[in-house]
Amino acid sequence: MTSAREVVVTGLGATTPLGGDVASTWEAALAGVSGARTLENDWAEKYGIPVTFAATIKVDPAEVLSRPETKRMDPSAQYAIVATREAWADAGSPEVPGERLGAVVSSGIGGIQTILDGWDTLRERGARRMLPMTVPMLMPNSPSAYVSLELGARAGTHALVSACASGAEAVGYAVEMIRSGRADVVVAGGTEASIHPMPLGAFAASRTLSLRNDDPEHASRPYDIDRDGFVLGEGAAVLVLESAEHAAARGARVYAKIGGVGLSSDAYHITSPDPEGTGQVTAMRFAMEDAGVTTSDVVHVNAHATSTKVGDLTETASIRKLFGSDADHVQLSATKSMTGHLLGGAGAIESLFAVKAVAERLAPPTINVENPDPELQVPLVRNEPAKLPGGDIAAINNSFGFGGHNVALVIQNA
Amino acid sequence: MANTDQEILEGLAEIVAEETGLDTADVLLEKSFTDDLDIDSLSMMTIVTHAEDKFGVRIPDEEVKNLATVGDAVSFIKGAQD
Repeated sequence: MTSAREVVVTGLGATTPLGGDVASTWEAALAGVSGARTLENDWAEKYGIPVTFAATIKVDPAEVLSRPETKRMDPSAQYAIVATREAWADAGSPEVPGERLGAVVSSGIGGIQTILDGWDTLRERGARRMLPMTVPMLMPNSPSAYVSLELGARAGTHALVSACASGAEAVGYAVEMIRSGRADVVVAGGTEASIHPMPLGAFAASRTLSLRNDDPEHASRPYDIDRDGFVLGEGAAVLVLESAEHAAARGARVYAKIGGVGLSSDAYHITSPDPEGTGQVTAMRFAMEDAGVTTSDVVHVNAHATSTKVGDLTETASIRKLFGSDADHVQLSATKSMTGHLLGGAGAIESLFAVKAVAERLAPPTINVENPDPELQVPLVRNEPAKLPGGDIAAINNSFGFGGHNVALVIQNA
Repeated sequence: MANTDQEILEGLAEIVAEETGLDTADVLLEKSFTDDLDIDSLSMMTIVTHAEDKFGVRIPDEEVKNLATVGDAVSFIKGAQD
């Protein structure tokens, strides 16, 4: 199917718990490396936080950004800028008028470290010591705004917020911007930097984090019978999306196309997915219809799979419900087993992984699955990467968020 | 508590360098914050906040617009310390 405004991926960038760029992140993912590690701080003793590990960023942005940049941007924006610079260079730094270039970069939480640092400064030292950049650093659209400033994007700068679906929703919105003719090129992705005692304590309070403190690398274990919650991660991923004509006209290298976007909401519970999976099924169905593919075309799903008891199984039940026997030929990957949960960055890095999987015909593994949950209803890529078939193929990236947000993206070979 | 003019210049240069990425050697008395050092109002207020902290003085907002050059700032801080 070729439409007038087909959307392709021409650039990729990332900084994650697995690596400071796409190459190192992808290599580590294929090798089944865990990005989770013990936190070197006193948060447990000082505040009684029951979780002592997280999937922290592998390369400190201070190593690649200038000193003023690190002082002027919240870490969430720093990660986004690191990923954006890589993605833009990877796309060949296209010549595109600012009026035809968009920026859509989401964060699930926003500049939480800046918010909390500002509060500390206010309480301990008074208003006169608060930094003037506090507001532009804490606002959740700050990463998107800095990306727009970086590239001169004037077709629109957006930051969609849907918790852990934010990064995927950003990619979906960027697709719509190109299809509608508002832009020829859109830089889209997600970022998160919330490894701080307050959010860690808050997630622990919601009883959603793994407590496997003695063995961080094996804590994120989606679909394993002994999974006990997610591992908080951080980082960013950015994709350069482009209309197929624009990419062809400049002879750009194309990784894959984003053929379909499916969105729905559960309206069921503020944190729990609808156990019937109705909204998840709807999002996947819409995305496939949008792309003009059927369940028989879909060979790979990058699952949302955070390593929680309920969430993981709801998703595979939804896939089985929608796919029927076609689910038997789906290679399911849960890459949060390696990256941890990047929250607002998750949907972006997992879209990137799905793009790489389609482009290289290689699905990344799910690690730490020693005893698969017997209720798992879809074939899982375990331990080693799995080859994807030749010919025309489609993959789905699912991303779901607290609040009942469901986003499914269909990624197809170019 | 009171610093010499040279100490204030050096301290201020460090703050400006942190904020702008300029070399401390470029932060000279005769340099204009806006025209020479390309410092916008938000960055200027950031520099003021750090300078107040470092030198233990108060630089009122209405005074900041009078600090056109690095030398103006050094003089004001010196006067405020004395």
